[in-house]
Amino acid sequence: METPIEVSGLVKTFGRTRALDGLDLTVRAGEVHGFLGPNGSGKSTTIRVLLGLLRADAGAVRLLGGDPWRDAVALHRRLAYVPGDVTLWPNLSGGEVIDLLGRLRGGLDPKRRAELLESFELDPRKKGRAYSKGNRQKVGLVAALASDVELLILDEPTSGLDPLMEEVFQHWVRRAKQDGRTVLLSSHILAEVEALCDRVTIIRNGRAVESGTLTELRHLHRTSIDAEVAAPLDGLADLPGVHDLRVDGNRVRFDVDSAALDAALRRLTELGVRSLVSTPPTLEELFLRHYEAVPEELTR
Amino acid sequence: MSALTGTRHLARLILRRDRVLLPLWVLVLAVLPMTYATSFFELFPTDAERAAYAAGTARNPSIVALLGPVYGESVGALTAQRGGFLLVIVALASLLTVIRHTRVEEEAGRRELLGGGVLGRHAGLTAALLVTYAADLLLGLLTAAGLASTGLPAAGSFAYGLGAALTGVVFATLGGLAAQLTETAGGARGIGIAVLGAAFALRMVGDTASNDWPSWLSPLGWAPRIRPFEGERWWVLALPLVASALLAAVAYPVSVRRDLGAGVLPPRLGPATAGRGLAGPFGLAWRLHRGQILWWSVGFGLLGLILGGAAEAAGRSVEGNPQLEQIMARIGGASGLADAYLGATLSLAGLAAAGYGIQAALRMRAEESAGHAEPVLATGTHRSTWLLSHVVFALVGPVVVLAVTGLATGLTYGLSVGDVPRELPRMLGAGLAQVPAAWVLAGLAVLLYGLLPRLAPVAWAVLAVCVLLGQLGAVLELDQWLLDLSPFTHTPQVLRDTWSATPLWALAAVALALAATGLTAFRRRDVPIT
Repeated sequence: METPIEVSGLVKTFGRTRALDGLDLTVRAGEVHGFLGPNGSGKSTTIRVLLGLLRADAGAVRLLGGDPWRDAVALHRRLAYVPGDVTLWPNLSGGEVIDLLGRLRGGLDPKRRAELLESFELDPRKKGRAYSKGNRQKVGLVAALASDVELLILDEPTSGLDPLMEEVFQHWVRRAKQDGRTVLLSSHILAEVEALCDRVTIIRNGRAVESGTLTELRHLHRTSIDAEVAAPLDGLADLPGVHDLRVDGNRVRFDVDSAALDAALRRLTELGVRSLVSTPPTLEELFLRHYEAVPEELTR
Repeated sequence: MSALTGTRHLARLILRRDRVLLPLWVLVLAVLPMTYATSFFELFPTDAERAAYAAGTARNPSIVALLGPVYGESVGALTAQRGGFLLVIVALASLLTVIRHTRVEEEAGRRELLGGGVLGRHAGLTAALLVTYAADLLLGLLTAAGLASTGLPAAGSFAYGLGAALTGVVFATLGGLAAQLTETAGGARGIGIAVLGAAFALRMVGDTASNDWPSWLSPLGWAPRIRPFEGERWWVLALPLVASALLAAVAYPVSVRRDLGAGVLPPRLGPATAGRGLAGPFGLAWRLHRGQILWWSVGFGLLGLILGGAAEAAGRSVEGNPQLEQIMARIGGASGLADAYLGATLSLAGLAAAGYGIQAALRMRAEESAGHAEPVLATGTHRSTWLLSHVVFALVGPVVVLAVTGLATGLTYGLSVGDVPRELPRMLGAGLAQVPAAWVLAGLAVLLYGLLPRLAPVAWAVLAVCVLLGQLGAVLELDQWLLDLSPFTHTPQVLRDTWSATPLWALAAVALALAATGLTAFRRRDVPIT
């Protein structure tokens, strides 16, 4: 089976702004791929290039085995897209928009459409202008999730949804995965990505700074250890890979690289461990690590 | 906190946001009457020349229908009449400005953002009205100063300026009321423009009839009836003031009683599923354009009925005036005069139809900016198909509108001269002859949209230039090459016996070339460009 999304060295500039600066992104068939980054990091630009709406300045982009710019129409029949800010025609009802988008893609499953409307608690008779932000988003989600497509491209799809609806959304994404669909989920909600995604790409300033499974990403980073030992501590500070060591009587706290974890634990057990708490890095920490250095990135 | 708290801040916000648009229309509309006066002084320096012009042109019912009555033969009287159509534009600008700062804001949700701050419940409406009133008043004073500077009497200049200003005030207040009625800015604009159209039609009927009482019912009929430069009747100024007060007296209570975001007319639920027609991009485009095309057709049909009905009287009006009859004989007698009048009205309809074409083409820009184009183009819809689904309306719309106008005109004119079988096809043809020129402007809008989407609204400016060339060209004695820049200059007078169809084919070819270039550019550019 072909790789649904393959992007390498993608560059896109708007005037003097370099929105994408050599981005790499690979999404494998059947996976839910998290595309993480703060506002303005280039997520939506990448997605628009993938949809053939923007033309790449440099780099190679393959979508479902085709060229997203040249083969746009044929490829679009095989995917569904939900923009980050779904705007509806003010004089069309939600149900009309769902059906219209479905038909433009080549049809949708009426049974699933009804199920989706029910689980998202969406009234399809309201006119576009009458929906709240969250409900507009639901219209886009129902239209996309009810379509029989291979690939779902979701650009921050849950902005404006309440926690209950977030749950419903996650249920439907899992179901899409079970049905064998591939999902590219752009998001800045880390809990959502952690709950749903097989693999993650973190983007910053138009470049992918990390990519892999959550386990792999964690592996690259440090585990925090908080232990109480029987004997006074020595010989730990010299170990390579141990950082931020703090000793408070018999209590030791430190961060350790995954590669040095084994050696550090051996040293601890030699001293006699009374209690031990080990915390793997959360996605949030992984994420912040890339952005902490430049806090203005987050506010941009 | 009083009901008006925050009005000052909102007014400043409006001035800040409209710092270009507002001074622009005030200035342009204030300067035009001055240029009319100057050209009358130059063209007709003597009483005899002015008398001939008044008899031959200014009293011509077709001119009276379009511009309003003329109350004398002085330069001032002629200028006041010539500026008659400006009243409609002042009214429209005032109306749209108020709606823009009330219902548009509310619909976009920006009003809610401000409503959370310290704002009295009347502040929004009051700020929009005050700013527009101030703009109208400034326009009136500038107009008066400009007219007086050409050497016209100060009293008359002031009367004319004040008449224009108060016409704006009436329609600004009407805009304030319309904005309370519907949930959408489009609906409010529709109500306002419908009333403006009705006022224009009433004034037209009244001014060309033997008894002018319908004009006294029309807010557009009041300013001329102050009779600037011809024994000013200052008491007429009370009419627009009273009308504005009445409109405001309705608007304010309504504005307080309704909820934020809601209108008086309730919104309706739509269908839960899409009908069979709403399938492809063309089905969508039809849904987006059908309201416009319907209302334009209704409006132009009514206008055609009125104008066609007035044409026969216009042709007869010169009877018993040997000097005029002599002039008219040269252009074909009474029927020739009626034809000239009908030709002139249908060419105005052509300009308006070009406005429809531009508006329909710019719908694409609105779709793109609002984020509606992106999800559609991310489906199996070709870019060309999407573009064509809108361009079809930009091209077919003017045909429909002009055909309806021509048929309606032909029907009433045919009835009045007792020869419907002859006049109906003639007027239909004369209406349709305007189509290619209108297409050129629609094509230009498509080209701009494809190539330089941010500049697409420039198409409106080009239409404005064409209107000015057509309206002022003869008065200012502009060079022919300048007049030739407007596609409307090339539309043949098909109501005359001899005319050539070649320009029509050429115009249509130009229009299609423009649109095709726009399509090619659109296929290559990034979407969306915001």
